[in-house]
Amino acid sequence: MSVSETRLIKLPPKKTRFPKWLRLPLEWFALPILIVAAWTLISTIAPNPRFPAPAQIGQSFATNWLNDTFFSDVLPSLGRLGLSIVLAILIGVGLGVLVGSNRWLRELLEPIFEFFRAIPPPMIVPLLIMVIGGGDGMKIFVITLGSMWPILLNTIEGVRAVDSVQKETARSFQLTGPERLTFITLPSASPQIMAGIRQALSVALILMVISEMVLASSGLGYRIEVFKQNYEYAAMWSIIVLLGLIGVLLAVLFQIAERIVLNWYRGLKEAERA
Amino acid sequence: MSVLQRGRPVLLGVVGVVGFLALWQLATSLGWINANYVPSATDTFAALGAFFANPDYWAAIGDTMTTWAIGLSVALVLGVVLGTVIGLSSFLRRYTRTTIEFLRPIPSVAIIPLAVVLLGPDRDSSLVIVIFATFWQILIQVLYGVADVDPVARDTQRSFGIGPLGRFFHLVFPTALPYLMTGIRLGATVAMILTVTGELVIGTVGIGRLMQQRSIAGDYAGSYAILVTAGVLALAINLIIRVIERRVLAWHQSVRGEVLV
Repeated sequence: MSVSETRLIKLPPKKTRFPKWLRLPLEWFALPILIVAAWTLISTIAPNPRFPAPAQIGQSFATNWLNDTFFSDVLPSLGRLGLSIVLAILIGVGLGVLVGSNRWLRELLEPIFEFFRAIPPPMIVPLLIMVIGGGDGMKIFVITLGSMWPILLNTIEGVRAVDSVQKETARSFQLTGPERLTFITLPSASPQIMAGIRQALSVALILMVISEMVLASSGLGYRIEVFKQNYEYAAMWSIIVLLGLIGVLLAVLFQIAERIVLNWYRGLKEAERA
Repeated sequence: MSVLQRGRPVLLGVVGVVGFLALWQLATSLGWINANYVPSATDTFAALGAFFANPDYWAAIGDTMTTWAIGLSVALVLGVVLGTVIGLSSFLRRYTRTTIEFLRPIPSVAIIPLAVVLLGPDRDSSLVIVIFATFWQILIQVLYGVADVDPVARDTQRSFGIGPLGRFFHLVFPTALPYLMTGIRLGATVAMILTVTGELVIGTVGIGRLMQQRSIAGDYAGSYAILVTAGVLALAINLIIRVIERRVLAWHQSVRGEVLV
């Protein structure tokens, strides 16, 4: 008989209420399904034309949007939105790098820019219609102008905050202007720029709808006005679903872009935290 | 020398503003832009001066600020309460994530037609869209903030036997406060944008509606004067919130660090 005895202690079996593969889908879909179910139940017990059942909204969504209107109203709206966002990013980042890297220019222009950014962008819609009419140009101009400021000011701030040791090192290694821009300035300002773009996206989406609500003959905003005038409740709810989906789509695209652009930054943050 | 250097940004800023005004004046008087629709700087400021004696103007500003303040306050209370409740429970956090991520990006203008038809073209409809848009800004920040609690500090408090109330006031709240202030700052701007949107699109009383009335009546100088007013209001709100942020977070590294440098 040995002095020490090896004994195996049996651990109590782990309590798992749900199998592991089921847990994530459950986390994702439990609450949405619960909400839709409760809504359906309430709308069958006490039907109210103003709050149609989810099935009705889905049906209205299909009949209103998944046909020609998708090409005649939804796609043109999305096209204008996309073009405006690209323009806002190009102008905002371009101008921001220019102004941000020149201290003199920055101090000269920043107060004016801050004021322009403060003006609530929807207010420029009625005034711009006077000057350039209600065409595609006006809509793109409004969305671009309104969503440009957060990108512009964040870029200025980001460019200003570039590490001075990095800047001086780049200079002593005789990096050319474009090289400094692509390897030092833009990467180090990118977290700020992305934060600005995120703010710009939600403003752009609002402006897309508003620019079409006034003086338009097509587009999402125009459809919204038509449904409102005809008191089509299910259709009005379907707009919320549609614009929600567009919003989610934009958010997903942004997250992918952010992941690509800020890959180095996330790694750095995780390393710092570890 | 140091006074001069400190004064330089202010001086240049003033030069920038004056330069912009001069350019605006020049552009309208030399016909670079259509002077029929875009008034000159002097006309705009003359109209602004005339507004100062006009009680309708002050009433419109009051109405706008009322809608803004009510909307922001309701969103703040809702966002803080729900954000704290959800943020403190890992179960709730996990199970509400997809729902929040799907509801949050819905642009609040999508709700306008429904709000108008259900509630009428009054302040209530505007409030619905203001609250909806602002609520998410604050909720998300509070969620992040509450989740940011330092695990070591939390465990320390727990082992010292500090109750849930003490934990909330001495750990969770101070941790979440910088996030909350960011949420309020972003939310205040968003609330202002949607307040004005409601006035323009729904027709709720306020500066947005006043501007639209003026521009339909052909009073472009008045319209631009109101645009300037809106900018000044939003800028003032922003500055006040930044001052409050600095006061409230005077103990926090982000503010203390700035003072030292």
